[in-house]
Amino acid sequence: MTKQILSPLPGTFYRKPTPDKPAFKEVGDSVAVGDVIGLIEVMKSFNEVVADQAGRITGFPADDEEPVMAGQPLVDLA
Amino acid sequence: MAIRKLLIANRGEIAVRIIRAARELGIRTVQVHSAADADSLAVRLADEAVLIGPPAASKSYLNVVAILDAARATGADAVHPGYGFLAENADFADAVEAAGMVWVGPKGDAIRVMGDKVAARIAAEGAGVPVVPGSDGRVDEPEHARTIALAIGFPVMIKAVAGGGGRGIRIAHDMEEFERLMPQASAEARAAFGDGGLYLEKVIERARHIEVQILGDGTRAVHCFERECSLQRRRQKVWEEAPSAVLPQALREKLCASAVALAKTVGYRGAGTLEYLYDDASGHFYFIEMNTRIQVEHPVTEMVTGIDLVREMIRIAGGEPLRYRQEDIALRGHAIEVRINAEDPARNFQPAPGTITGLAVPGGMGVRFDTMLYQGYTVPPFYDSLLGKLIVWDEDRPAAIARMARALRELAVDGLPTTKPLHQLLARDPDVAAAAFHTRWLEPWLDQNAHRLGTEETTE
Repeated sequence: MTKQILSPLPGTFYRKPTPDKPAFKEVGDSVAVGDVIGLIEVMKSFNEVVADQAGRITGFPADDEEPVMAGQPLVDLA
Repeated sequence: MAIRKLLIANRGEIAVRIIRAARELGIRTVQVHSAADADSLAVRLADEAVLIGPPAASKSYLNVVAILDAARATGADAVHPGYGFLAENADFADAVEAAGMVWVGPKGDAIRVMGDKVAARIAAEGAGVPVVPGSDGRVDEPEHARTIALAIGFPVMIKAVAGGGGRGIRIAHDMEEFERLMPQASAEARAAFGDGGLYLEKVIERARHIEVQILGDGTRAVHCFERECSLQRRRQKVWEEAPSAVLPQALREKLCASAVALAKTVGYRGAGTLEYLYDDASGHFYFIEMNTRIQVEHPVTEMVTGIDLVREMIRIAGGEPLRYRQEDIALRGHAIEVRINAEDPARNFQPAPGTITGLAVPGGMGVRFDTMLYQGYTVPPFYDSLLGKLIVWDEDRPAAIARMARALRELAVDGLPTTKPLHQLLARDPDVAAAAFHTRWLEPWLDQNAHRLGTEETTE
């Protein structure tokens, strides 16, 4: 079974800290518990999404700047 | 041109407010909306609704092309921008007029002058309105900036020429800090607003935020007295009143006359607000900026003057001359508005969207609740956290505060946390009762009272 990091909140998912900066993580990167993998904007307030499991990123089921629901997968891990 | 069909280029409670005013005038309404707002109260109340894009505001409520297309497709002959989004976008105002439609607001050029902090300051000085001591215009030369900072005295506020809404502001307490912050502020302003231009202003310590409501028809202008909005958190207003409890009558007349003078010099059309800092220790007031739109807190002015500001701005946009002379406008009683936001005061005001599982709206004399909520509505996470505004009126300020406490007790918004517990505490705070506050009063108060914001207290 693949591991996934889920959105803790409903809102807009951002893979970059600011539009002109590189993404927090890319496919192939390794992730440790506690790493920031993206941001969720909720009502103009930005919240860091922190990895709750470790692994290597195989994909991002949610795109950058995409609206997401709480519990929706953001990152696939192997 | 009399307006027959009005497009509302906004969402939330202000869209509902505008639809109500339009309907009373016999004007049909078109509500544009994002995919996240298909179930909104404004969409339900409007005569027609048009989907203009995905949830992100940049692709919907800020999408000028989609909004103008919706206006043409529905045969709308006017656009009301509400507040926020495109309300103070001069190019959008021009585009609406270029498309042969009525813009419910001031001319694009008036928005441009007042939206440019430096130009607004020069216009204010030209109209004889006192401004905060500072640089007369933008400062680009570091040596020049140091000279001005020394002349006006520390602490000095460094502001972005293109900033707004409390963003792009830094405070330097001495020359060392000033020299460190200036380059940072310029770089940040360039990144955030595309213009690194800065200007300097003296910091007025312990100032109150007082603002004057004006109405103009392009020729004449009148004021509708002032509001005080000194209770702020992170430069966002949370509790607003009309009139100010502390302004002496002679100063009120001077302040309001200065606002009318400035509105006339720019040939202002529609509803607008001039914001001032008021130092009650010295009795001085200073113009800071003008907002060329209807404001969130406009209902307190409506309650103390009996004038429907949104209706008047639509009538003026439709070509009617101003219906009021200054002597027709009287101040009666006291009004207070509190902002009910989807934020958890017990968790540092963390925003919390969700579904409204229950709603009890307070009633009775002098109570008004402007909201976009209904039972079963799901508050989307993509926009600001304002759910509604609870407004009360009574004969005097103590009675208005008692009425607010009573109305808050009746208000129940179930399914998500709101700022109601904060307002319940404020409504029985002795400093609030004495109007002994300033713009930096609330934040330390919140730190001291954090432990009391966790639960809804019912004891009186």
